[in-house]
Amino acid sequence: MSAPGTLRAYRWELRKLRSQKRTYLGLGAAVLVPVIFAVAVALQPGGPEDVAFGRYVHDTGLAIPLVLLLFGSYWLFPLITALVAGDIVASEDHNGTLKTILTRSVERWHVFAAKTLAALSYAMLAIALTGGVAIVAGVLVSGFNPITSLSGTEVSASRGLVLVGASLLVYLLPIAAVASIALLFSTVFRNSAAAIVGTLMFSLLLQLLTIIPGLGGAQPYLLSTQFNAWQGLLRTPADWEPIVRAAWVCALYAVPSLVGGFLVFLRRDVAGG
Amino acid sequence: MTDAAPVEVRGLTKRYGRITAVDDVDLTVAAGDVFGYLGPNGAGKTTSLRMMLGLIRPSAGAVRIFGRDPQVSVAALAGVAGFVEAPRFYPYLDGRTNLRLLAGLDGGDGAAHVEEVLEVVELTDRGRDKVGGYSHGMKQRLGIAAALLRRPRLLVLDEPATGLDPGGMRDMRQLIHRLAGDGITVLLSSHLLAEVEELCNRVAIVRRGRIVYEGALDDLRRAAGSTYRLRTTDDARARQVCVAQRGIEDVEDAAGGGLAFRPADERAIAELSLALIESGALLLELAPRLATLEDLFFQLTEGDDALAADAARIDRAAQIVEETA
Repeated sequence: MSAPGTLRAYRWELRKLRSQKRTYLGLGAAVLVPVIFAVAVALQPGGPEDVAFGRYVHDTGLAIPLVLLLFGSYWLFPLITALVAGDIVASEDHNGTLKTILTRSVERWHVFAAKTLAALSYAMLAIALTGGVAIVAGVLVSGFNPITSLSGTEVSASRGLVLVGASLLVYLLPIAAVASIALLFSTVFRNSAAAIVGTLMFSLLLQLLTIIPGLGGAQPYLLSTQFNAWQGLLRTPADWEPIVRAAWVCALYAVPSLVGGFLVFLRRDVAGG
Repeated sequence: MTDAAPVEVRGLTKRYGRITAVDDVDLTVAAGDVFGYLGPNGAGKTTSLRMMLGLIRPSAGAVRIFGRDPQVSVAALAGVAGFVEAPRFYPYLDGRTNLRLLAGLDGGDGAAHVEEVLEVVELTDRGRDKVGGYSHGMKQRLGIAAALLRRPRLLVLDEPATGLDPGGMRDMRQLIHRLAGDGITVLLSSHLLAEVEELCNRVAIVRRGRIVYEGALDDLRRAAGSTYRLRTTDDARARQVCVAQRGIEDVEDAAGGGLAFRPADERAIAELSLALIESGALLLELAPRLATLEDLFFQLTEGDDALAADAARIDRAAQIVEETA
């Protein structure tokens, strides 16, 4: 008995990603950015004072991945995520290959599910790479030392490492939402560039909304805010409220996007190509 | 397995806004047919084929492939392979990997036959090269290879010889001929009359989304009737003899010289030959001429308002060109 359709399609989606330059562009950035940041920290006496953990980058390497998570949330990680998620359906349109794969023995929903899983797998890999490289480079530059939590208490280095790992996991919530939006745009626009730019514009526009008087209260429900949810873990005691909110707010962005993309993909006419 | 026809299409219609691309098409492809779906470019052939493969949703009507509806599940396409328009592949993967990918999606034992089908289409040497660097003809052949991986009982090919050089066209036709000989039912769309005439036993002729004829190619020829061509040493006298002769009808000048006519039966031909010799018009050629598909095609589409309008437009354009010259 052969593997079920989604698994077969997922396997080949990963194989396709392995052969595409854009995959390595995103993963390359995910590796290089923490390296460059660590080198810059090593060469300069100061640090980015204005962000959380910025002033500790010389005291402990564990501060480096955390500062990167903050910096990267504006556009770097959304861009890396959208680079693949925004392309994964549109590139089939571009290459005219949808008709090729949809006349084999996989249903349309298998293909969409496989693409969703592949885009998420790639995004997870990118975040894991950034986190892993940042931890190693940070420790090499500033040592494996205790870190001061946002509540001002000192956390041991080993517990700090666990908290950094957990922060990376929480960070995946908004990343998954960005991937879902990019997938929707990729399906609807049928054009990678439009989907990638559209995804970034969407999150920027949402942030702009909050400057309209009276809409400031929307801040906690913006996608961009969820990129800071992990900071709850670095308080003593841990503050779970922002993390729980991130889970359902991100779901509110992700689920309708995925359902929308899914329905469009299922019903659309595959013409052209 | 099922005894249902490979393709059964009833009332198939596709509308894009106010434009009707495919208009109430009925057709049946029986097992063993090499079925030619013939029409000029833009007649809705590709749109019909896309609906048959479940790629496009019909506005109305039904498609059954071996008795199953491809809109419901790709399971209906088990035993079906082929391509619409040019076959397309991932340009950044090599030919072999593209085939392995498609075999992987099929989930059967296709992957074990990749080398075999590459050999059939003579691409073994280029299997390691990225498809992005393939010529049009090579992609076309890879498309056939990808179809063969599925061990199809029905092969759907959309304009398979389009864009190929004469040698490539000949190879493609030989390949289709061979596959049909192996018992594969073939549904082939084409705007090339010669291609359909050479390969197909049944045809549907489509114009502006509508079927204007469906049936056996031989029946179509018979219905159109055969004409005879006559050349003599004295065509003027021969014409007088023909017109006066019983059982000889529709006498007219033949294209390329001589006369063309329609005999009531073979006996009338025998009597005509004697009458001609007696009159002193000596025979150079007296031969039956089967209607070609091209004749039939234009016969079926003659009187078409759109064609007349097109012709008028072309005349007018030619006039303008002349006036400005």
